[in-house]
Amino acid sequence: MPHDRSHLLTTAEMARFVAEGVLVFEAVVPDELNQAAIELFSQTGTADMFRPKPDSGSPLAALYPDPSPIGAVLALPAVAGILTSLVGPDPVYDHDWVHVRNPGDLVDQHLHQDAIVDTTLAFDIQLFWFPHDIAPGEGGTGYVPGSHLRVVNEFDIARYQNLVGQRDVSGPAGTVAVFHQGLWHRGRANHGTTPRWAYKIRLNPTRPQVRLWDLSDFDEVNGAPHDHIFATYQDETAAAMFRAPQPWFEHGASRLETVNRSRLWRYLTGDDAFDSDWYLTRTAGRGAIDAAVQAVSP
Amino acid sequence: MSERQQVLFLYLASSALDAAVVGWSRYDGDQPGPTPPVTAKPTPPYATGVDALRDGWRLIQASPVQPPQPGAERRTGALQHEFVFERLVEV
Repeated sequence: MPHDRSHLLTTAEMARFVAEGVLVFEAVVPDELNQAAIELFSQTGTADMFRPKPDSGSPLAALYPDPSPIGAVLALPAVAGILTSLVGPDPVYDHDWVHVRNPGDLVDQHLHQDAIVDTTLAFDIQLFWFPHDIAPGEGGTGYVPGSHLRVVNEFDIARYQNLVGQRDVSGPAGTVAVFHQGLWHRGRANHGTTPRWAYKIRLNPTRPQVRLWDLSDFDEVNGAPHDHIFATYQDETAAAMFRAPQPWFEHGASRLETVNRSRLWRYLTGDDAFDSDWYLTRTAGRGAIDAAVQAVSP
Repeated sequence: MSERQQVLFLYLASSALDAAVVGWSRYDGDQPGPTPPVTAKPTPPYATGVDALRDGWRLIQASPVQPPQPGAERRTGALQHEFVFERLVEV
């Protein structure tokens, strides 16, 4: 399927996604589709299981044919560019759900990771679409930047009420947020006066997610493997993004998070020499020595 | 008069009790309603675990310092440095 490369994510945006596990785009969806969605979602409200849905495994291109505001949004060039960049042009439908937080619903959902514990480098995405303005405190989905690579299982993290640096989605109607499958998140209390609607769809990739975005800034952002904060380094590279800790990271976890981001970036770029702060490179060098020693001294 | 327990979980940046607070949770046995609401842009109740002691909280549990799990030495998951405090209040 041909696509307009001008709507693909940049390498800098992809690196930001790897660093934080989330990207938010404000006012992506035009208002006529937002209004049509609210009308559609209102027919089933919180009983979204009664809304006609595709089968899991359906190709993205076959989801919600015309006339459907959902299908129209998924086909918007700006949305398609986000999806193609992250999961390729031919992902499949996992599931979707319309989430409603009514005004006066003041219970915050427990923090969680969706589905079950996952350890693959390949990842699903979850796209959230908010068809009306979301003011702070009015139920925008809460999330924890940089939590996406933590290996936890679903609601095992429910005990964590507050983490420094946590955020809520807010923004004008038509705002879209895209999460790595592992991002910690929760439904939030709605202190506003109108229902908060959110449409969420999970998509599975069907091919390696390698260099599917706009690569015009690739060399500049990918940088050099010797980008090392204790030697010579750059400030605007992927390596710089991966070494920047989130405010809730423990000291001991921060460098491990850098390594885990570098591993994910190697998968996405196919660049097996990429590194941030030399951690993977020095380990590989010593590993080769170990292997050679064991070969002569088994 | 009887007593109820208030519980404070602090997640610290390291295993040191005077390390910075990076997360926290609160459960109060003397309150009838839901647990305290999550704050959008939260400010920790204390800068460090020691500051909680100085405000009258009693430390009742601290996470042990665990060696990395073989084969998963670089894996991150749950927060490692959880400190549990209590305070008894009369109702």
